[in-house]
Amino acid sequence: MLIVWELVCRLFNIREFILPAPSVIAKSLAEFRGPILEHSWWTLVTTLFGFGLAIVGGILLGVALGFSTLVYTGLYPLLVGFNAIPKVALVPILVLWFGIGAVPVVVTSFIISFFPIVVNVATGIATMEPELADVLRSLGASKLDVLRKAGLPRAMPYLFASLKIAITLAFVGSVLAETIGGNAGLGFLMVTAAARFDVALVFAGLVAVAVMAVGLFAICVLVERRMVRWAFRGELVT
Amino acid sequence: MNEVSPAFVELRDVSLSYGEDADSILALESLSLTVGKGQFIAVVGPSGCGKSTLMKVVSGLVLPSRGTVKVAGEAVTGPVKNVGMAFQNATLLPWRTIRDNVLLPFEIIRPHRYKLRAERTYYIELVQRLLSTVGLAGFGEKYSWQLSGGMQQRANLCRAIVHQPSLLMLDEPFASLDAFTREELWFVMQDLWLQHKFTAILVTHDLREAALLADRVIVFSPRPGHIIYEADVGLPRPRTLETTYSPVFTDLVHDLREKIRPGQPN
Repeated sequence: MLIVWELVCRLFNIREFILPAPSVIAKSLAEFRGPILEHSWWTLVTTLFGFGLAIVGGILLGVALGFSTLVYTGLYPLLVGFNAIPKVALVPILVLWFGIGAVPVVVTSFIISFFPIVVNVATGIATMEPELADVLRSLGASKLDVLRKAGLPRAMPYLFASLKIAITLAFVGSVLAETIGGNAGLGFLMVTAAARFDVALVFAGLVAVAVMAVGLFAICVLVERRMVRWAFRGELVT
Repeated sequence: MNEVSPAFVELRDVSLSYGEDADSILALESLSLTVGKGQFIAVVGPSGCGKSTLMKVVSGLVLPSRGTVKVAGEAVTGPVKNVGMAFQNATLLPWRTIRDNVLLPFEIIRPHRYKLRAERTYYIELVQRLLSTVGLAGFGEKYSWQLSGGMQQRANLCRAIVHQPSLLMLDEPFASLDAFTREELWFVMQDLWLQHKFTAILVTHDLREAALLADRVIVFSPRPGHIIYEADVGLPRPRTLETTYSPVFTDLVHDLREKIRPGQPN
């Protein structure tokens, strides 16, 4: 595919600020590797920060939703409504509140990746087999016991499945926020490059984002395999 | 035939309806039932007759709309403690080994839950011994999904009785098994009961199963469920597969079958 891309660019003589050829992008990557690395690092740190907050917040709220019907009926519609808001629209407000810099980036990354985690954890807990709850309750288990012994472990595969979605969303959030309200990071780098019509550098930035997102996705998959081996059943029978 | 034993489970004039006012469905109607200590009774009836509701009422998971339930002489106001339960679905926890699944009741029941950590080897020993009596020796380290349905159900029975419950509730535990495995597990169940002599209530659709395992078989009417017939099973124990072909046994099953009328669809 890269070859086709390269050929198309050369054969049709497409100008560099419309679509740079892969070789040009590679050159740009090499030339600006210093700044790209620096900004990648910044993006990585803010994304992981937002993602980390999303995991903690998502689990807590997800457990609360799955555990109590009252919280569920009260909060779930609100959450759905909030999630329906395009996050791009929120970034200017966040910038207004927190100023240009890392905070709006972390917050955007958090709110965008938080929702799938909440929904999945809540689903995992709420879909527990009623018979299982009956067995536990007739042993004298409190609601908390049921949650600890059955609800939480049961929700783990749901959690890890949602993390795979959430990590890519976290990158979307941070890069998005950087393009609007950042003073560092790949999103910021790309916007400034675009302003100079250095399209090759914009694409180089995209490559860097993709590499990081795929890398972290792979890490999530690895962690998932380690933590919830049982959920894969037959595949891992030894 | 049955010696007079003190009542362990006592239902007096129990009715239960689900739902509110106009939409409510009457599941049980003026049900009175006494189960003696150490007795094994079976409840049979057409589907949807409130048999499973009876289980919930006796174990205190659902409180009756009317009437009183007493277990071990005490009125039931919430989930009865120290009950063992087994359902058609084995509901083993897939993230635990079979051994840890059977260990689960000890993690919940007081005072075991406080002693478990210190005396873990003792409890594990206990579980292993129980597992081997049902033919699961050597499977303790396996996960439930690595076992066949019949083996899962054996483990499920172990989990239901490992803590020596005074009351065992069985809700069609053998219904999803093939005929041979089912018969095999009847005798596993009988052995466990003969050893531990807990009070047991079995809900089933299988009349042979009911007649083989129980001291007394109770026939429910279509909904709203009430008792229309009771039969004492006088057959000596331990009963064997041969028992099920004896004329006394087949007559009893025949007799029970005639009492069961299908539920009216309304």
